[in-house]
Amino acid sequence: MQVIKELLDTFFSDVGVFDAICVTFQMAFCATAISSVLGILLGLLLERADFVGKKVVIRINRTLMGVPPVVVGLIVYMLLMRRGPLGRLNMLFSIRGMILAQVLIITPIICGMTYTTLVSRAPAVRAFAKTMGADRLQTQWLVVRELKKELYFAVVTGFGRSISEVGAVMLVGGNIKGHTRTMTTTISLLKSQGIFTEGLTLGLLLLLMAFVIQSLADFFQKGERSDENY
Amino acid sequence: MKKQRQWLAVVLATLLLAGALSGCGGKEAETPPAESPAEAQEEAPAETPEETPAEEPEETEPAADEADAAPVEKKGVLMMATTTSTADTGLLDYLAPIFLEQTGWELQWNAVGTGEALKMGENGDVDIVLVHAKASEEEFVANGFGVERFQVMYNDFIVVGPAEPIAHTEDIEAAFKTIQEEQLTFVSRGDDSGTDKKEKGIWKKLELDQTQNPNYLESGQGMGATITMADEKGAYCLTDRGTWLKMKNDADVELQLEVICEGAADLLNQYGIIAVSPEKYPEVNNEAANTMIEWICSEEVQELIGNYGVEEYGQALFTPNANE
Repeated sequence: MQVIKELLDTFFSDVGVFDAICVTFQMAFCATAISSVLGILLGLLLERADFVGKKVVIRINRTLMGVPPVVVGLIVYMLLMRRGPLGRLNMLFSIRGMILAQVLIITPIICGMTYTTLVSRAPAVRAFAKTMGADRLQTQWLVVRELKKELYFAVVTGFGRSISEVGAVMLVGGNIKGHTRTMTTTISLLKSQGIFTEGLTLGLLLLLMAFVIQSLADFFQKGERSDENY
Repeated sequence: MKKQRQWLAVVLATLLLAGALSGCGGKEAETPPAESPAEAQEEAPAETPEETPAEEPEETEPAADEADAAPVEKKGVLMMATTTSTADTGLLDYLAPIFLEQTGWELQWNAVGTGEALKMGENGDVDIVLVHAKASEEEFVANGFGVERFQVMYNDFIVVGPAEPIAHTEDIEAAFKTIQEEQLTFVSRGDDSGTDKKEKGIWKKLELDQTQNPNYLESGQGMGATITMADEKGAYCLTDRGTWLKMKNDADVELQLEVICEGAADLLNQYGIIAVSPEKYPEVNNEAANTMIEWICSEEVQELIGNYGVEEYGQALFTPNANE
């Protein structure tokens, strides 16, 4: 670890690149994990439940899939600031605050994608489960298992959104060196200092690490037939 | 039913497309707005000579009421790179229309840190720079990127923070020493801007290593965001007075920080204006840049600068000193 840190420090100017990388992934993993649980559960619920105004809810969900992160950032900032409603939690300019903002951004994406998949694929699985005499819980479990790949794709999309996000993280985290500075906000800072090449290198590093993580995830999915469609 | 829907979709899509295209077309016909300096800085210097005559007929209509007041014809765009403080305080918003009216040049600016502003000048992306870091500016001129540095005005830096435990003082050194010794929270810009350089210079002069203070934070953001952060954290920070007054006046949430240190001689913040060298970059708009320098250093404009902000904030934000 120390070796990597020194190596990074010799190449990059004094902007705390190593810490930024740690913060980025800490934040992205937490935010994706929370959003995945929330998003998939909400997606399942939305597909199963039938209520008045469901179409509107779905449309709102789709709209939120494209919500501008800065807007979420601003809202979370106003909630968390010292004189805001949640000011006592002392979460502004902390990783927890950043995770909160990201969960709000990513959950609708995972929820929407889960719902869309379920709508087109779940009825067939469910019919099959019925003929096999499965109960409700078993049926739902079978649906999730059968659509594992699609759900995995939704989670991966959420993760990608999380590590690449800059607007909300900048507002809520504050880009504090060594504490809440992420790779993307570092790039933004490097740009503002006119150090373009280092910013670009850091961007490539971010992509490279995302690639490695995708490969690892695929590796652990072994046993499934490899599917290049996603 | 289904067919009707398809048709509706096609019609809607066409309308959207048409709207988008005409929107873009309209934008091109007008001079690029100040909000998109990135585009403008690429297009403006090269295209202005050919574009100006073609623009004229379309421009007369929307600018009809202005044209009455403006005796001078529009000549084109002057692209400036400047620090966040001149833009955040609204000084340029105030000066630009007067500049246009009196000289015919439209001033557009890109407000960034001093480091980046000079970099833009070094790359020939802008015609002129207005910044505040004397040493860097002189280096900029010495390296042949700028023609000559003219001093324009100054404002001063102040330290803001909670009234406890540092009482209001003139002694910047004592204040910084207390922050270091008692490990008080301090928010630094940390973005290599003029303000950041000033602050780092003070630590260096005192031979203190501010990074030893665990509560020393680097925000890596602009002055306004840094003040907000200091306010949230109950921290100290070094700021220029202009941005501070503006924030204090305009921010939605009332700031609870106070000025704890002001008036020290080495807290002066001198602004210089430099035209980007036309020898290095023949495509820069040197004519407009020279007009700007002559204009901003003129007695009349110097007086405008000296009076700017008095009405709104009760004190001037900048002190003109071009003629000293």
